[in-house]
Amino acid sequence: MSSVTETTVKLTIDGLEVTAPKSYTILQAARLVGLKIPHLCYHPELAREGNCRVCLVEVEGARSLVASCVYPVGEGMKVRTNTPSVRETRKTVVELMLANHPEDCLFCVKNQHCELQEIAADLGIRRVRFSGEKREAKKDESNPSIVRDPQKCILCTRCVRACSERQGLDIFSSANRGFDSIVEPAFGLGLDEVACSYCGQCTTVCPTAALTEKDDTQSVWDALSDPDKYVVVQTAPSVRIGLGEEFGMASGGIVTGKMVAALRRFGFDKVFDTDFAADLTIMEEGHELLHRLKNGGVLPMMTSCSPGWINFVETLHPEMIPHLSTAKSPQGMFGATVKTYFTEREGVDPSKVVSVSVMPCTAKKWEAKRPQLNDSGYRDVDIVITTREFARMIKQTGIDFLNLPEEEFDDPMGISSGAGQIFGATGGVMEAALRTAYEAYTGKTLSNLDFVGVRGLTGIKETSVDMGDGLVLNVAVAHTLRNAEKLIEKVKAKEADYHFIEIMACPGGCLGGGGQPYPTDADIRMSRINAIYNADAHMKYRKSHENPAIIELYDTWMGKPLGERAHHLLHTHFTPWEGRLK
Amino acid sequence: MEKLARAHVLICGGTGCSSSGSKEIIPEMRGKLKAKGMEDEIKVVETGCHGLCELGPLVIVYPEGVFYIRVKASDVEEIVENHLIKGRVVDRLLYREPATHATVPDYDDIAFYKKQQRYALVNCGHINPESLEEYIGTDGYEGLAKALSMKPEEVIEEVKKSGLRGRGGGGFPTGTKWQFTRNAVGSKKYVICNADEGDPGAFMDRSVLEGDPHRVLEGMIICGYAVGADEGYIYCRAEYPLAIKRLRGAIGQALESGLLGENILGSGFNFMIHIKEGAGAFVCGEETALIASIEGRRGMPRPRPPFPANSGLWGKPSNINNVETFANVPSIMRDGGDYFASQGTETSKGTKVFALTGKINNTGLAEVPMGITMREIIYDIGGGIPNGKKFKAVQIGGPSGGCLPEQLLDLAVDYESLIRAGAMMGSGGLVVMDETTCMVDVARYFLNFTQDESCGKCTPCREGTKRMLEILNRICEGKGTEEDIPLLESMAQSIKAGSLCALGQTAPNPVLSTLNFFRHEYEAHIRDHKCPAGVCTAFVGYTITEGCRGCGLCKKVCPADAISGEVKAKHIIDPDKCIKCGACQSKCPFKAIEKG
Repeated sequence: MSSVTETTVKLTIDGLEVTAPKSYTILQAARLVGLKIPHLCYHPELAREGNCRVCLVEVEGARSLVASCVYPVGEGMKVRTNTPSVRETRKTVVELMLANHPEDCLFCVKNQHCELQEIAADLGIRRVRFSGEKREAKKDESNPSIVRDPQKCILCTRCVRACSERQGLDIFSSANRGFDSIVEPAFGLGLDEVACSYCGQCTTVCPTAALTEKDDTQSVWDALSDPDKYVVVQTAPSVRIGLGEEFGMASGGIVTGKMVAALRRFGFDKVFDTDFAADLTIMEEGHELLHRLKNGGVLPMMTSCSPGWINFVETLHPEMIPHLSTAKSPQGMFGATVKTYFTEREGVDPSKVVSVSVMPCTAKKWEAKRPQLNDSGYRDVDIVITTREFARMIKQTGIDFLNLPEEEFDDPMGISSGAGQIFGATGGVMEAALRTAYEAYTGKTLSNLDFVGVRGLTGIKETSVDMGDGLVLNVAVAHTLRNAEKLIEKVKAKEADYHFIEIMACPGGCLGGGGQPYPTDADIRMSRINAIYNADAHMKYRKSHENPAIIELYDTWMGKPLGERAHHLLHTHFTPWEGRLK
Repeated sequence: MEKLARAHVLICGGTGCSSSGSKEIIPEMRGKLKAKGMEDEIKVVETGCHGLCELGPLVIVYPEGVFYIRVKASDVEEIVENHLIKGRVVDRLLYREPATHATVPDYDDIAFYKKQQRYALVNCGHINPESLEEYIGTDGYEGLAKALSMKPEEVIEEVKKSGLRGRGGGGFPTGTKWQFTRNAVGSKKYVICNADEGDPGAFMDRSVLEGDPHRVLEGMIICGYAVGADEGYIYCRAEYPLAIKRLRGAIGQALESGLLGENILGSGFNFMIHIKEGAGAFVCGEETALIASIEGRRGMPRPRPPFPANSGLWGKPSNINNVETFANVPSIMRDGGDYFASQGTETSKGTKVFALTGKINNTGLAEVPMGITMREIIYDIGGGIPNGKKFKAVQIGGPSGGCLPEQLLDLAVDYESLIRAGAMMGSGGLVVMDETTCMVDVARYFLNFTQDESCGKCTPCREGTKRMLEILNRICEGKGTEEDIPLLESMAQSIKAGSLCALGQTAPNPVLSTLNFFRHEYEAHIRDHKCPAGVCTAFVGYTITEGCRGCGLCKKVCPADAISGEVKAKHIIDPDKCIKCGACQSKCPFKAIEKG
């Protein structure tokens, strides 16, 4: 037997001969002959369950129809995907889902993004033959980030698997039996009562509107139409990377100028950039690292920009709180600065300022509501919307986004460096911090700004930087909370001698965040990553400490990094579970 | 050395007889014998189940084999005084054949037992299940000793030769299954005994576990040796506390005697058995759900392949058989596969235990050779239908089985014939129904069970059985339409074809088989607004006839105040208020209330 036939098998699908790797399922093999078998519970990045029964096919010799998403290919197998029995059963299965689903597609938040709706349309379902009881379960709106509507749940368990496999959190599981079956947090508790990180990965895989971001778009419209308010907006690095996908662009396109133009048309008084605040974060965080290194502070220091990660630490690893950098996230720094520095400079009444942020993240909604984030004397950030909500708002206005002329951010909080831009990718915060920390520590100029060892989609990345002076800085980067847990274990077991660790809760970093456009998979994440580093490479400034707006801020108003004003406005504290927003 | 007793008094300590009072009889019997100074002379043995639970508590006196039924503690004195001392059989406690009412003193002459062929149940009711010596005294562990002297492959060959097939429902050839696990790659393998008996009214496995626990252990150890496993799990429902207690006791005895644990019988073979108590989910009888449950996860099936033989418990090759299958193994090893294969039919060898319930005289357990007819089971063993009612159907195969009509009573029972008839062997539940049973209501009952017990994982089973149930409810409530029957049939096909595990794939069977054999009853509900059996209350009305003397009793018992009338004048029922409970009819001393 040759090595080729050992690893592949020959089968026929609808009479077409297919050679497929032995490890393939029928569903994967069907793709090789241009056949997209409809499916709902199957997700290419998650364990295969075979529970929705939409992808049923006929296999010669099998007792019943089989789920092609889980059924392995075999030598000589004869598969038929378009028989009367297959068509009839698939339709009945989807009809059964619809019979236990609210009939509110036209005004559902997932309208035109719903996989159930799409499959019902594709299968040509024109009526539902059954009427009867529907699942009655309360909507969970207990938290600022994620809404769970069990009535729209089709029990595909993608959320169960995403939460478990990506984050290791197991917030959701199946409960009850028969028609009473439901997917919910333990004991049916609200998401505010369990150790949910609000990362929103569940919302990115849910095929229906059973798990969605909390919609805050109306609050934004209300603020914009209030003549008494001065409304400013900040946009996170990853928003410009993903937004175009909502308008049919291929992933990896950057739409910064169009995004700014759209926001300005909405009527924002100022359109600013979170990238500016990311530079500010690097100034504080970088100097905090140096301070800890010089003064025997707690090491390794861990980043604190990702609110999903912060929730994870506060709920499940409070013992790691001393490791967290006290620097606020870019969103938090922006909020505290805009209602102090900016308003003072421009002569605006800070009490009239509404600070809106557009984020790739659902947990940022929760972060903005942290009681301690009011150092400006007001709520530092008033409203957070995700990339998806932002796209919906653009659609509401009728703005022809793809043909919008590009515009520039407003000064001064719209000026940023490439270091701020790469905050959106896993490893980006680390790389940005190294660019600044190295130069601040050594007094030398970096010859190569690209720390490629911390780039890419590997779950845990490690690298070392020779800082001279006998100090070799050991750093590690992890994305997803499952990988974060591994690093924590390593640190606690003293298996590694890290000085600095970057954690982002979502796969790929913020660009794969819980508020980003549907769908997101590894290929899409990779193209967003490439876009981010490409943008960085073309920036005028690539180090946070060289951003002139940052230099001006410190020189004219803030003082020194870690100085008194910075300490008051740009740093925060973290508290164990008890301190969590209730 | 124990003294040989001149008589044995066997008192059934199975769950049925225990709940009907044998717990009081045993100390009473021991006390009375002691008072007479006969405790060394006559041995009292608490046994497992005899099968005729309907008539319990059962007491059997040997050497004569006299079979006493419905014995109470107050009867003990008479049995001691008359039978055990004077040798006079207590006539009034003897079993009577339902048809002739003649007393039958001898155990072996009772029709219920005469046509049975006890192979798996051979010791049940005859030995003290808590005694290893008694099990060994009936050639127990001889099969194991023989197996250990053979090569594992030869053991599997013997099981293959016997033709034994899975008794849990699937009917998969046991030897082939063992072969798969033996062939599977891996040094760590498991043997699992499925004792999650969940069919309503079925208690075959419970009786074996309670009445002859060592037989199951022996079967598992032989299997472990054959497939190359060193660890076994018995997954037993926690609702079987007596079975679990006796299993624990048996495991302890076997460990102490070198029949279990390290270096069994000096052969160098090691095998350990653990008990895992299940929390009572029907679906945990499905092998992959059962494995998930042992692993501490929610009991939900997963798609196969991989089959447990390749990836089972903790991902290791695992062989799962049910209790009755394992219980057959020791005798197959002892007697050789050929003897077992000489019993039964071409495709289904040996015997099968059935649990007889419903409208049948002898409710209980019966082990019969494969190929016996349904008529023999119901009429000869079961004693026919009580109260002179007419037979209507027999539901076989548990909640996912089918309902077979009178014209199939002469069907020779085996795996294939039942499937062909639209039913299945299942684990051996057999529910007899008479003319007062509504077949739509029966289908509804079983579907209600499977819907409740659906694990909720896959859409067709979770949602589909619910919709079918709603349609059946509508039909029973008089709201059925002509479209309902074809819709039920179409859904049944989709659910069978599309469900993930056997629970869903078989759940529509009761509906399909009743539609097949009793379609006219569905049509009567839908078209004529009648329930032919008079069960569905929507179609039932009570009227008072001219026979009424105006005594007022009916008015008094009516819980809905639906009856009015002056004393000594004919009363009337207000149909709008009547809740159709039938209380008036049963109270009327003049039989002047009619149901129709």
